Amino acid sequence: MAITTANPRIRRRPGRAARTPYLLIAPAVVAMLGFLVYPMASVIYYSLQNYNVTKPWDNGFAGLDNFRRLLFEDPLFWQSLGFSVKWVGVEVFLQLIFGLALALIVNESFIGRGLSRALVFSPWAVSGVLTTGIWVLLYNPTTGVSRYLADLGIMQYGAAPLANSGTVFWAAVLAELWRGVPFFAILLLADLQSISKELYEAASVDGASRRRRFFHITLPHLKDAIILSTLLRCVWEFNNVDLLYTLTGGGPAHATTTLPLYVAAKAVQSHDFGYGSALTTAAFLILTFFSIAYLRMSKFGAKA
Amino acid sequence: MTLQTAERPRLSTPARIPRTGRGEKNKVSRWQIWVPLGLYLVFTLVPFYWMLVFAFRPRGSSSLLPWPITFDNFAVVWNDLGFAIFFQNSLMVGVASLFMTTVIALAGGYALARYDFRGKKLFMMGMLCTQFIPGAMMLIPLFEIFRTFGLVNSLWSLVIAETVFQLPLSLILISGFIRNVPVELEQAAWVDGCGRLRGFFAVVLPLLRPALVAVGSFAFIHSWNNFLFALMFVSDQEKFTVPVGLSYTLGEFSVDFGALAAGGVVAAVPVVLVFAFIQRYLVQGMSAGAVKG
Repeated sequence: MAITTANPRIRRRPGRAARTPYLLIAPAVVAMLGFLVYPMASVIYYSLQNYNVTKPWDNGFAGLDNFRRLLFEDPLFWQSLGFSVKWVGVEVFLQLIFGLALALIVNESFIGRGLSRALVFSPWAVSGVLTTGIWVLLYNPTTGVSRYLADLGIMQYGAAPLANSGTVFWAAVLAELWRGVPFFAILLLADLQSISKELYEAASVDGASRRRRFFHITLPHLKDAIILSTLLRCVWEFNNVDLLYTLTGGGPAHATTTLPLYVAAKAVQSHDFGYGSALTTAAFLILTFFSIAYLRMSKFGAKA
Repeated sequence: MTLQTAERPRLSTPARIPRTGRGEKNKVSRWQIWVPLGLYLVFTLVPFYWMLVFAFRPRGSSSLLPWPITFDNFAVVWNDLGFAIFFQNSLMVGVASLFMTTVIALAGGYALARYDFRGKKLFMMGMLCTQFIPGAMMLIPLFEIFRTFGLVNSLWSLVIAETVFQLPLSLILISGFIRNVPVELEQAAWVDGCGRLRGFFAVVLPLLRPALVAVGSFAFIHSWNNFLFALMFVSDQEKFTVPVGLSYTLGEFSVDFGALAAGGVVAAVPVVLVFAFIQRYLVQGMSAGAVKG
């Protein structure tokens, strides 16, 4: 009897046993249905409505009116979408390159490796607002790095990267890079450690150079991890607003407004929930479409 | 000299490695490691150092050393700007979401790892899909829901939102870890007369410590850092969290840099401590749970 119960797939009391897994996932299902699925559905519903808290007399079914307005009458939608693409593309590309380089370096064995890892990974735990706080100090013309470099005669006084529309983009990119690179470095290091040492030894016995080993062993092995981490990061960078919201506020003159920032502004400042929901739905569709296309085109999971 | 000892394992079979004109191919020179690593360390650490200098040096000083050291900025931030309360609020939200996430993920993760049931695939797919739901864009509907339940302006709204957004990834991570615990261990406990529940607590749970540390710390760090939900769902200053408080020290025109830096240190200390504690497990946790799970 003990043996029958011991096998998890064969149970004595099928009625009770069949219920157990459902009871176990019930809290997770309830939480996600209530606070993720239902809200998402309601966003789609509101996107088809006129729903403005300040203009209750206009509320009601609007059909695709919000979407028509978004596509044809709202230059800010296109501008913020364009900026989102640029922001996500630049940010994820640079984070991947630096993260991969960093992972390769701290995967070597050298004295002080443990401490180096801890230090270079540490910005991973820092919040967007704190990142802003730190980089505001660094960029400010009176408290920042430029002022101390100017004291040494290396630079001109008064450089203010955040106030200048020519430099604000790269200033924000650098700050986000600071806390974003560790994400890739940690994930890719985890995957690097699963490559068998024998592969490298065999390759070097055959006379393969470091570069060849990197392109023929390391990179193919990391392929799926790179695809998955870049995708997750794209979605995350697209959605995350903390840094830009606090660092530039989307300015100057909407120059650094991403789509989610624009949504937040629309919903919160102008209380236009119907239109805000349409923007949200559009963003969700874009993300989903992008993710599917990305996984298809990169042949995720296929043998390299 | 010390470096050679570290590299000895790689060179243990030097005779068999063919040499070319460019020397040994297996060896990475110290310079190739330390030059890029050193540059990157500067990039990582200077911002932290800048914050510490501004937090600890006297007001009006322009020295780049935090000397003479002073805690005036911390007194201002902690007492006058209300960070004492913000800190307490953030801590409460962080610990509550940590517990809720871990417990719910543990139950669900066990079901995924140890049972086959109808709808399992659907559940897994659903959880992966939630990763694409834009958190920032759920503000409107979540706000409506919390208003219905009377939770606007309550810290519980933050706990719930945090838990829900942390749940899918935590659940997948934990189920990956549980799958790595051999079923035979549990079966042995059942043979000895334990029920499933007791067997779980006696055998599986102790082995899950690294997983729980990883998932719990993720939940805590994320919730400690979350800004947007706290900004939108809570308007009462008594209930601000640290990031919201910090964002108010970033006033556009008259920034008090000392207070900003000190507030930053207050915001950083808990996550840095948690990070220092978990960073050794971080890489293991990722490979054990995320990749295989």
